[in-house]
Amino acid sequence: MEIADYLPLILLSVMAFSTVAVIIVLATFFGPKNPTKEKLIPYESGSDPVGEVRGVRFSVKFYMVAISFILFDLETIFVIPWAMSWRQSASLGFGFYSFAVMAIFLAILTIGLVYEWSQGGLEWD
Amino acid sequence: MVEVLITVIKIVAIVFVFAMGVASLMTLLGDRKQSAKIQNRVGPNQAKFFGFSLGGIPHFIADGIKMILKENTMPNGANKWLHTLAPALIFFPALVGWAVIPFMDHYCTGSVRTLADYTEVCIDGEWKNYFSIMHSDAGLLFAFAIAAVSVYGAAIAGWASNNKFSLLGGLRSSAQMISYEVSMGLSLAGVLMIYGTLNLNEMVRAQGYLFGGWLPMWGIVVQPLAFFLFFLAGLAETKRAPFDLPEDESVIVAGYITEYSSMKFAIMQLSEYVATVFIAALIAILFLGGWQVPFLYADGIRFLGNHWQPFAENPDLWYYFTIMLRIGAMVLKVLFLVWLQFMMRWTLPRFRYDQVMTLGWKILLPLSIANLFITALILTIL
Repeated sequence: MEIADYLPLILLSVMAFSTVAVIIVLATFFGPKNPTKEKLIPYESGSDPVGEVRGVRFSVKFYMVAISFILFDLETIFVIPWAMSWRQSASLGFGFYSFAVMAIFLAILTIGLVYEWSQGGLEWD
Repeated sequence: MVEVLITVIKIVAIVFVFAMGVASLMTLLGDRKQSAKIQNRVGPNQAKFFGFSLGGIPHFIADGIKMILKENTMPNGANKWLHTLAPALIFFPALVGWAVIPFMDHYCTGSVRTLADYTEVCIDGEWKNYFSIMHSDAGLLFAFAIAAVSVYGAAIAGWASNNKFSLLGGLRSSAQMISYEVSMGLSLAGVLMIYGTLNLNEMVRAQGYLFGGWLPMWGIVVQPLAFFLFFLAGLAETKRAPFDLPEDESVIVAGYITEYSSMKFAIMQLSEYVATVFIAALIAILFLGGWQVPFLYADGIRFLGNHWQPFAENPDLWYYFTIMLRIGAMVLKVLFLVWLQFMMRWTLPRFRYDQVMTLGWKILLPLSIANLFITALILTIL
């Protein structure tokens, strides 16, 4: 593909961003502006906010999800080009070899998933 | 210059009329009227257009005007720049993903002939890309990459609002979206092995093949398990119920949109609906044959090896007729899938968060790996 083939994408991006910009500008232009002290308090079920938001602690499970995501998304990144080129390698007579290579790769990652599972990395309580 | 004009027309027609129009109508008809029907109440019927309630459609205009006329508040301590950027970051991927969605095969300037293996070739002419915004050979990867950007929008919106509910909603939505993205990608690997292309239009073309002359090779036929995995992961990815944990109103108010008001709120809601329609379009293309109508080809109808050619004296007429039918089929499939998602939204109760994570990591991910392995095994043996 040449650069010119991406022209529609650039046009669409520009139109999408300008739509958002126009909408937000319209809203700030037409909307009333009378902020009061109470209105600007972050909503916390009607009572005064307690403590700092940016310093609030959250579950370490979210980090676990992020780390597992990186591993298995990398797996996807390796699997998709293989799936794409599988037909080509099969037509050259390497179909079984190609399958075996990917089976070993999948097996290693599946062992990883089983290990993470057995160690409680996927448990939410 | 003509090309640019055609591109602009395509963008307006596909994104701003179809995606946003359907999405906004779905906001109303699907989300409010249909939910009212399910919950045995009337639903919105007060806004009238010259005295006609028109099934509640004027509410959609009234809502827009109301949103524009509301005050745009920003809570104390919010990061002003990121708080404004987040809606744009959610809205942008919802629209840009449509660049690769084909609504019809490329237009052939000559005459189209269908070969024995049901592929259509263009004779005495060339293919013109009139029915999708961009012809990209990596279309599917592009769609995934763009869809993944909306994770940032949700996370930034949650963080920038200076509100604990927003922060928790942002965390929940980003964790949920990245969890389901893995099964989404892996469940498609089998489909890619069968069709051997990432170009969405080529993929739809490949689905015109008929097994034994009568069974269309749609994704749902050759990869039934992947269809269910992708559909579930897509529901979770768009944060529709039963996966709408990021907006769990009984637990965290409205999640990452708690502190949004006015048009920023409307943008976030709208982009969520556009994302729903986008996932429906992807499912339709990958698994339900996209613009293909079974047995209908550009040069006639084929069934069980028979070839019947209507308007044989005027093949162009039949070609235009096919184009209409195919665009109609694509739109109908998308609308059906959107309707299905809304039905699920209003029928099923919400999961608990640990159930969402269990479903994603312990059920969908092993199943998608198994699906890929079995597909590869079968294809290697055959």
